[in-house]
Amino acid sequence: MSSATIDAAVGPRQFLRAQNRWRWTEIAFWLATLLPFVLTPDYLVLASQIAITGLFALSLDLILGFSGIISLGHAAYFGMGAYTAGLLSVWGWGEPLTGLLAAGVTAGLFGYLTSFIIARFRHLALIMITLGIGLLLQEAANSASFITGGFDGLQGIHTWPILNRFDFDLYGRTAYSYALVVLFLTFLVARRIIHSPFGLSLRGIRENGQRMPAIGAATRAHIRTIYTIAAVMAGIAGALLAQTTETVSLETLGFQRSADVLVMLILGGTGRLYGGPIGAIVYMVARDQFSGLNPQYWYFWIGLLLIAVVMFMPDGILGGLALALRRLTPRRAKD
Amino acid sequence: MQKFLYVAAGLTLAMLGAGPAAAQDTVSIGMINEYSGQFADTGAQIDHGVTLYMKQHGDTVAGKKIVVIRKDTGGIAPDIAKRLSQEAIVRDHADILGGFSLTPNALAAADVSAQAKKFMVVMNAATSAITTKSPYIARTSSTTPQLNCTLGTWAAKHNIKTIYTMVSDYGPGIDAEKWFQKCAKDGGAQIVGSVRFPVANPDFSAFIQAAKDKNPDAIYIWIPGGAQPAAVGKALSERGIDTSKIKILGQDALAAETALKSMGDTALGIITVADYDYNHQSPMNQEFVKAFNDEFHRNPDFFAVGGYDGTHLIYAALQKTGGKADGDSLIAAAKGMSWESPRGPIMIDPQTRDIVQTVYIRRVEKVGNELRNVEIDSVPGVKDPEHEQK
Amino acid sequence: MPPVFGMLFDGIAYGMLLFLMSVGLSVTLGMMNFVNLAHCSFAMLGGYVAVTLMNAFGWPFLLTLPIAFLAAAAASVVLERVFFRRFYNAGELEQCLLTIGIVFVSIAGAAYIYGTDQQPVHLPPYLQGSIVFAGLDFAIYRLFLIGIALVITVVLIATVEATRFGAQVRAAVNNQRMARGLGIDVDRLFAITFALGSGLAGLGGALAIAMLGLDPSFALTYLIYVLIVVSVGGLGSVAGSFVAAMLLGVSDEAGKYYIPAFGSVLIYLVMMVVIMWRPAGLFGRR
Repeated sequence: MSSATIDAAVGPRQFLRAQNRWRWTEIAFWLATLLPFVLTPDYLVLASQIAITGLFALSLDLILGFSGIISLGHAAYFGMGAYTAGLLSVWGWGEPLTGLLAAGVTAGLFGYLTSFIIARFRHLALIMITLGIGLLLQEAANSASFITGGFDGLQGIHTWPILNRFDFDLYGRTAYSYALVVLFLTFLVARRIIHSPFGLSLRGIRENGQRMPAIGAATRAHIRTIYTIAAVMAGIAGALLAQTTETVSLETLGFQRSADVLVMLILGGTGRLYGGPIGAIVYMVARDQFSGLNPQYWYFWIGLLLIAVVMFMPDGILGGLALALRRLTPRRAKD
Repeated sequence: MQKFLYVAAGLTLAMLGAGPAAAQDTVSIGMINEYSGQFADTGAQIDHGVTLYMKQHGDTVAGKKIVVIRKDTGGIAPDIAKRLSQEAIVRDHADILGGFSLTPNALAAADVSAQAKKFMVVMNAATSAITTKSPYIARTSSTTPQLNCTLGTWAAKHNIKTIYTMVSDYGPGIDAEKWFQKCAKDGGAQIVGSVRFPVANPDFSAFIQAAKDKNPDAIYIWIPGGAQPAAVGKALSERGIDTSKIKILGQDALAAETALKSMGDTALGIITVADYDYNHQSPMNQEFVKAFNDEFHRNPDFFAVGGYDGTHLIYAALQKTGGKADGDSLIAAAKGMSWESPRGPIMIDPQTRDIVQTVYIRRVEKVGNELRNVEIDSVPGVKDPEHEQK
Repeated sequence: MPPVFGMLFDGIAYGMLLFLMSVGLSVTLGMMNFVNLAHCSFAMLGGYVAVTLMNAFGWPFLLTLPIAFLAAAAASVVLERVFFRRFYNAGELEQCLLTIGIVFVSIAGAAYIYGTDQQPVHLPPYLQGSIVFAGLDFAIYRLFLIGIALVITVVLIATVEATRFGAQVRAAVNNQRMARGLGIDVDRLFAITFALGSGLAGLGGALAIAMLGLDPSFALTYLIYVLIVVSVGGLGSVAGSFVAAMLLGVSDEAGKYYIPAFGSVLIYLVMMVVIMWRPAGLFGRR
């Protein structure tokens, strides 16, 4: 989980294999995600939305944390996925699993097309272009209100029971199970990608993009690939939201959503695979609790939380935890 | 490490999240509103209306204690609104859902109301279709067609033959445009031009100029509240629009209190349609305005009265059912209920569960030293024309 | 005069406002690479200060403007000392998180103190209305805006090009390490520039109320436009911000006048085209 250096005595393949081994902390995390069923059964709807946002943040981590592409418009793919799944349902096909697939493909296609522009730019120009793409897509969706439902949002979505058996209930049990399973499976894919030679080359691009071609890495092609994959994952997350809430509105494409997921990822810690889900958990639970206690001014407490985290845990929550762990066990070899 | 974090979070949640004990003698209202963000002011005013009513009438009805649970959606967020409605019912054991300024949020919550069979009172959102989404919804605000069709008919009847319309390019604006134009045309007026401007538009000069070029009898402008009314006023003054020659028509938000303060004398002569204004001359309203000012140091508006009347509806329905708070009993009690509100006489239509009320046409005039909306005409018992159409 | 001149005039006035709000961010981003997303909070602060002075204390509008400038500058000095200073060498992501946290706190603070409704502003009568010239109406307030902005632009450019302080600023923007090596106290320079930039934002905010309105969400709503101006103009360039603001202001007006259905999109399209053509901005360096 931590970004490590290659020990010259160990070959790259062994390094990757070592990285790919499951740590007890990871297993514990995934077991813990089952706790809400038992400990907090009234919070399963919130948990499902956290899982969805965690998936969305994970997809952003692939491009931001691992490849160094800062995007202020990642919600474009999230929204594309959401509208695809929603529209399929409105047009009569409400089967969730195929809906997910369709959403992933559509968002991925859009991601692939935009990746040609994305791969050409860096720094502020890249950020503003991602912002621009997101804003333009949102305007387009508003104009095409005869398809998207415009301001009122898409109406008439009805998701069929999963595998023809599990219906979506008021308590959110099905929703959370569904979202969690999708999150886990997608996570496995992301993990595999990162702990592969391709993943290593991405990190190289992040650290020193100009140097990479010198060692023969096809930088632009790699960026296009990871960007497309991230778009697919974001689209799947969007579809999950559309299917579990049976609502889709313009704000799924909006700047607010892109900015929120960026904040959550930075909060959790970039480039650590788990940073996205952890950031989503902390941010959304904090927001829910603050908002419940103080509906009008919860912004204030969230702002303080962000400032506190950035002052005391500069590498995000996971970074801070990793630092603390390293301090507690000084003689453990760097893993 | 993460496991610890997660377990700690879970335990904290379990402790913090324990809502009020669902005693047999409490009735909880889940208020799903915007308390933060762009629409926070609307949410605040609705909440004020609710709080004032409860203060005046106590918090016990038919032997049950009324508890209000406030939940913030933060803005246009149907997924959050839906979740909060679900949580209010499941976690906090709410019997009634209330609030709802924004249509997307109301539509999402309607699903929950239908599924859980809970009484839902829409206190602001104005799209007709909302009441059709669940058989347990009643509305105490107004609908866009109800107001704008009345204005269109009135305009055609009062010697306004040519009209240029401009609206914000989103749901409510397009709805308003459709019904205003339809009813104006039905009355014999002609629409000489129309434009839809982007929603977050801070500057209207270009649009006002285009309208002025057509030289119509009236310009109809529909915008949501917020910063836009003042900006419209500015554009009107900058483009030299003389309101005695070209009438300016609009809906309530155009002549809201803050807007009038910012526009100054350029607002004189603007004609708007509304269901409520604090200037309404009735003894009940004068008391209401005074009480509102004493409590919140500002005047009530149509948002506040929506919250006030919504709470009245809940209280009256509970009284009628003798305290039974399930959806079927409450909606049956609510249907056909009529009472005197600070805005005038209102009724919940027994067929559509939507609001039937007197619609007022007002003009901005100087009263003493202030600009006020003075009623120049009124149409009683207006139903929502979109429901009537079907 | 054909109406296009009226539209150009409106667009230029809007652009001037954007310029005032953005120039500070452009220079500080260019100089220290410090991502200050809380920049519009200073604009919002300036707006609220002006409104308080006018409505609660009855000050005349013009007098509130320098106070708005000073208040925002003072606030920025405090924030710089307490928070920002520690993050000059941190990554952009940390700076983002910090400044977004500050934005959230400022929005909640504004909502708490002033409430969530729009702040009414009464312009003095000599700033209201319009002058009719060659068949077109020219709003007096916009003329005033253009006037003030031009004066400030001239002063800024003169400072940057013709004073020692300006030379130091240019050096620090161009190559910070070298500037330090030459003995320029870059940290102090940055603190002064930051205060100036934030003060200008505050002034911009005070001037913006009459045109754009003021409520607690101002700090976030206009951030996007400011970012667009800064990126299109090029980091660290006063002239760049000016040209970019003009371009964007006019595009926005033109879009709204000629193609109202897509009016709001034109500004984003222009931004994307310019950035794709010149990734470092019109006058940018890197």
